[in-house]
Amino acid sequence: MKPFTTLEALAVPLDRANVDTDAIIPKQFLKSIKRSGFGPNLFDEWRYLDHGEPGQDCSGRPGNPDFVLNKARYQGAQILLTRDNFGCGSSREHAPWALEDYGFRVLIGTSFADIFFNNCFKNGVLPIVLPAAQVDELFRQCEAADGYRLVVDLAAQTVTRPDGMIVKFDVDPFRKECLLNGWDDIGLTLRHADKIRAFEEKRRAEHPYYFA
Amino acid sequence: MEAQTLYEKLWSSHVVHQEADGTALIYIDRHLVHEVTSPQAFEGLKLAGRKPWRVSSIVATADHNTPTDHWERGIEDPVSRQQVETLDANIREVGALAYFPFKDSRQGIVHVIGPENGATLPGMTVVCGDSHTSTHGAFACLAHGIGTSEVEHVMATQCLLQKKSKTMLVKVDGKLGRGVYAKDIALAVIGRIGTAGGTGYAIEFGGSAIRALTMEGRMTLCNMAIEAGARAGLVGVDDITIDYLRGKPFAPKGELFDKAAAYWRTLKSDEGARFDRVVELDAAEILPQVTWGTSPEMVETVTGRVPDPAKIADPVKREGVERALKYMGLAPNTAISEIPVDQVFIGSCTNSRIEDLREAAAVAKGRKKAASVKRVLVVPGSGLVKQQAETEGLDKIFIDAGFEWREPGCSMCLAMNADRLEPGEHCASTSNRNFEGRQGAGGRTHLVSPAMAVAAAVAGHFVDVRELS
Repeated sequence: MKPFTTLEALAVPLDRANVDTDAIIPKQFLKSIKRSGFGPNLFDEWRYLDHGEPGQDCSGRPGNPDFVLNKARYQGAQILLTRDNFGCGSSREHAPWALEDYGFRVLIGTSFADIFFNNCFKNGVLPIVLPAAQVDELFRQCEAADGYRLVVDLAAQTVTRPDGMIVKFDVDPFRKECLLNGWDDIGLTLRHADKIRAFEEKRRAEHPYYFA
Repeated sequence: MEAQTLYEKLWSSHVVHQEADGTALIYIDRHLVHEVTSPQAFEGLKLAGRKPWRVSSIVATADHNTPTDHWERGIEDPVSRQQVETLDANIREVGALAYFPFKDSRQGIVHVIGPENGATLPGMTVVCGDSHTSTHGAFACLAHGIGTSEVEHVMATQCLLQKKSKTMLVKVDGKLGRGVYAKDIALAVIGRIGTAGGTGYAIEFGGSAIRALTMEGRMTLCNMAIEAGARAGLVGVDDITIDYLRGKPFAPKGELFDKAAAYWRTLKSDEGARFDRVVELDAAEILPQVTWGTSPEMVETVTGRVPDPAKIADPVKREGVERALKYMGLAPNTAISEIPVDQVFIGSCTNSRIEDLREAAAVAKGRKKAASVKRVLVVPGSGLVKQQAETEGLDKIFIDAGFEWREPGCSMCLAMNADRLEPGEHCASTSNRNFEGRQGAGGRTHLVSPAMAVAAAVAGHFVDVRELS
């Protein structure tokens, strides 16, 4: 996994609550057996005026000029501002794959759906939860000023606004370590292989019917 | 010992290792696998030179991409076919306790085949790269959806890295009225707490109305826990649970069954156990539900009307309602019963089990699909459900009513196969998600119970099923 330490990048405001993973990456693109290449189809139904299919070259497709990601001032954004319950619905990891492939490394919102939130950390994407008043202010500032850039520092757990205001955020210590170092979860878990084996043997003895 | 919730019992019996910050390694008993979220995990395993930890934990099937008609033609979409064939190849190479491939007589939706084969047993941890894994919590399993990285993690280590959830009790007491089902309870709960109301929680469903539900009803309820934001739904074990499991292919037999059942009966919340949040509903007050918007929390009773955004003060909420009404092509204050229906879908991991089909057939019997309704799809959850329905003659009832009786699969719940809505079409659907484009680009989904779906098919618009029967 790509480590995440600090990021100074353009932010884009996606002012909707309950953005579901079907919207983030529609089902037809889930037929891929790869992990990469989902970026051009991120938010496909909102981003384009035509219907997208897998394998299609998206460069010539008609973009929806009203969709925020298509606005010239937000090109190159790597920080997505969102509202409540972002990433709800399907567990598809294709959602963080698509966000990451597009270029997003940080998501800032008031709440994220559990499975999506977890999936982000496995893919070097940092979801940051802030209180509603802070998120409102970020939306207001971002919409008011062209070239609105934020600085995110994971080690310090801070988001620094252009006006110099520093906003602290919480992050789970274990996930933070993994993300800072780009650690592979599986490798970490296998350090406990003996414990897993011992647990399994005990369980098999007590509850053989789970091991049929 | 302090009174424990069911969730706490399941959690503590699976902790292999715990970090100082509470992150725990949880042992996984059952790993359900389907074609959409597994190929990258199998590939990752192979690239890292790793082998699956315990192949006998895996039960796999192909369900999302499979067609529901003309099986003799195979899978015509080459991209879908490749995904299904990739699963075939991966299971061939790696192995599994059971694999129900496309066209197998026991193939079906992964959340239907697990329980009906007894591969889902009380006290297990059950995971699958699919958010509706919460379904299996109906058997007092700690069951939830995971991403593909975690699918690979479980294959490689038989464990998951987890933090303990908070606990919520949704207590439904009293007797459900005629024409009101588990699906209506689920939608009423989501209407009450919202789609993010259960985020961070495991929801246990309790109370006399839940105890009165069959296993099928409990599965419907736990299935929808994720639509309330909770990764896991739970129902404690009782006689109904034990009776359902007796004789199922992968359930223990004879003395071992009795030994297991004695343990399973302890899998319920203790008297006086404390929950972080309690939500109470009176079953008698729940009416048939219909969603009108693009999130399961946008729900009304069949006697109600869609909201008027002008009356909503919160700007984010108002905009959300305005956007949903525009997408759904509905004017503010429209009566639910005035919404016309173009297609009807009876199926999905929420409502495709035998009892769901019986409820649908009871309403369909002797009636006909309205001429204005283009198509009514009935898609059984599995080959076994299909067989049972045909033994009972339910297929005849549906066909006589002008419905299409199909082969099992996920079908138009998410429209990864050829079953889908055309842009602008309204669908009465027994599935779980009414998101924009979920059942086909531009399609408009209304979530309902199987009985309400049939009622809409017959009337051509939503109608109170209690007035029909």
